[in-house]
Amino acid sequence: MRSRWLMFAITFIAILYFYMRDSLVTTSVIGTAITFGLPLAMAAMVGIMCERTGIVNIGIEGTLLVSSFVGFFTASASGNLILGLISAVAMGAISGLLLSLLAVTWKMDQIIAGTIINILATGLTSFFYKQGHTIPSTFPEVDIPGLSSIPFFGPVLFMHGPLTYAGIILIFVLWVALYKTPWGLRSRAVGEHPSSADTAGVSVIKLRYLNVAIAGAFGGLAGAYLTLELVGSWDRGFSAGKGFTALALMIFGRWNPIGALGAAIFFGTAQAVTNQLMITQVVTIPQQFTNMLPYVLTILILAISAGKVRAPAAEGQPYEKEQA
Amino acid sequence: MKYLRSWLLPAIALLVAFAVGALMMKIQGANPFIAYKSLFTSAFGSSAGIAKTLGKATPLIISGLAVTICLRAGLFNIGVQGQLLAGALASAWAGYAIKGLPTIIHLPLALLFGVFFGALTGIIAGALKAFRGVHEVITTIMLNSIVLQLGEYLAYGPFKEPGQQLARTPEVLNSAKIPQIFGMPLGFFLGVALAVIAWWVFKTTTSGFRMETVGRNKSAAWYAGISVKRSILISMFVGGALAGLGGAIETLGVVGRYEPAFNGGIGFDGITIALLGRANPLAVIPGSILFGGMRGAGASMQFTAGVSPDIIDLILAIVLFLVTAPLIGKMIKSIRDTEQITTGGWGN
Repeated sequence: MRSRWLMFAITFIAILYFYMRDSLVTTSVIGTAITFGLPLAMAAMVGIMCERTGIVNIGIEGTLLVSSFVGFFTASASGNLILGLISAVAMGAISGLLLSLLAVTWKMDQIIAGTIINILATGLTSFFYKQGHTIPSTFPEVDIPGLSSIPFFGPVLFMHGPLTYAGIILIFVLWVALYKTPWGLRSRAVGEHPSSADTAGVSVIKLRYLNVAIAGAFGGLAGAYLTLELVGSWDRGFSAGKGFTALALMIFGRWNPIGALGAAIFFGTAQAVTNQLMITQVVTIPQQFTNMLPYVLTILILAISAGKVRAPAAEGQPYEKEQA
Repeated sequence: MKYLRSWLLPAIALLVAFAVGALMMKIQGANPFIAYKSLFTSAFGSSAGIAKTLGKATPLIISGLAVTICLRAGLFNIGVQGQLLAGALASAWAGYAIKGLPTIIHLPLALLFGVFFGALTGIIAGALKAFRGVHEVITTIMLNSIVLQLGEYLAYGPFKEPGQQLARTPEVLNSAKIPQIFGMPLGFFLGVALAVIAWWVFKTTTSGFRMETVGRNKSAAWYAGISVKRSILISMFVGGALAGLGGAIETLGVVGRYEPAFNGGIGFDGITIALLGRANPLAVIPGSILFGGMRGAGASMQFTAGVSPDIIDLILAIVLFLVTAPLIGKMIKSIRDTEQITTGGWGN
């Protein structure tokens, strides 16, 4: 993909140029880009794990919403961030299991199944939402000794909260798992040609259940990151379309964890740069247009990449075992 | 028998959802019987209540149709909300900014503005789907947010009522307001007429058949010489136009202006109504009346039983879940084989 390399080259040169001009601001902008991009990348992993095994997950938005909700209110009630994190991850896994139940066992239309998860999440969270709750603090920033003093890369990569590190590491773990382990090979086989995988002794149903549940847990981690590390509060409609943007990034990254991570950081950079331009008043754009940016970018990214990329072949089809 | 089945499933779903809602109220310490009684008496118990219910049902019928038509063509248009807002915004502008026209010209013109901009919002997603293969669920959701922000920008900026603190457009001129008949909004009858027309189009016309064939099986449609792209474009155009009309009717008949608090939730209820009616245009009418009643009277539960109107959201979400998931069919064998609704899937 030439356009992809071109994009990365332009980004790289731009960063270098701005770093030469003003190292401090550039470092902070790229650091912000990672904070903006990471939750999207984590949410995109949910999509990748599901779709690689042949399940379309359009309910990522709902998973983010409901898991961040549960995480925040557990942390708020117990005063314990770890407990909030655990409950968010558990809630994410439950939403994954619900999707499996609908799409794998009941063989429902997967787009509608995902939409149900989104609408259920909105209904549940807005009904149980109570105003005025707070958490004692967010997850604190942990500077990695030694590494954080490297110029540029230190502040950009090694001065974040624990869930940021966890998210980045897990993305690489997922990449290795997907391409270098038997589990990954089986998962991809189930997503491409389930009947062959079945013939080879892989349990299609079991593997789909497992992967969608793990993916849901990953979405729970993303939800926990958003509320317990990044924002520190929760409001109605908290996930603000991130689950859908994540799907676009997944497609743009060609269902590859590293590709989606790159796309998410590019996305985060665009937002961080716009924010910086607004703060320094280099340009004055009405607030609403900067709010619109992620949505417009999502559509543009899809319009550019769709059609050129190929989705896993068995995606969206329920698996029917052939009768002997 | 088949006729009975198609009514039985949504009915059971509604009953179960109300039961779950009652349980939730009980957990919160409220009395569900008082809450439901006040909900139904204030929605359907008086002529004023019924008029209000039908008024609330009007945009729901139209947005439910917008989803239904696209579903028939295999598209899942969850961007009705954005298309509706675009229509509301455009009709509000046409309603206050174009001056000196008699009602007979001004009102249709303002409605047409709404229809056009709703259709425009819809066809963006349609064109991206037809020519680039971008899934409509993502684009329409993104367009929802884009239109919402655009509306906010215009209401705070260029379209803002002069000398007004609040962000809102000036009031629509009287010549663009939809008149009422016997205290009932005229839009309701238009909505019913559109539902009947949509039913007729799918039942009898070739273009309806074409759209439906594409919805059921794209490759079969392609082999039969039906243009899949054209069908996608037409259905998103019509869906968007209908949603835009819904927004325009709500603006010119009820709200009287555009403000950022404009109820976009209508679009999401439209999805639930369409799925509840199993993509049948005529079934949209009773579904919308029921939903309109619940939305219009939801606040009454707050007074009588101290139940937050948010419970309605939860009940409707459960209804949607039960209607689409084959859960009830698994339990009650005789209604199992009702046809499942499908979308075009993820790929093309």
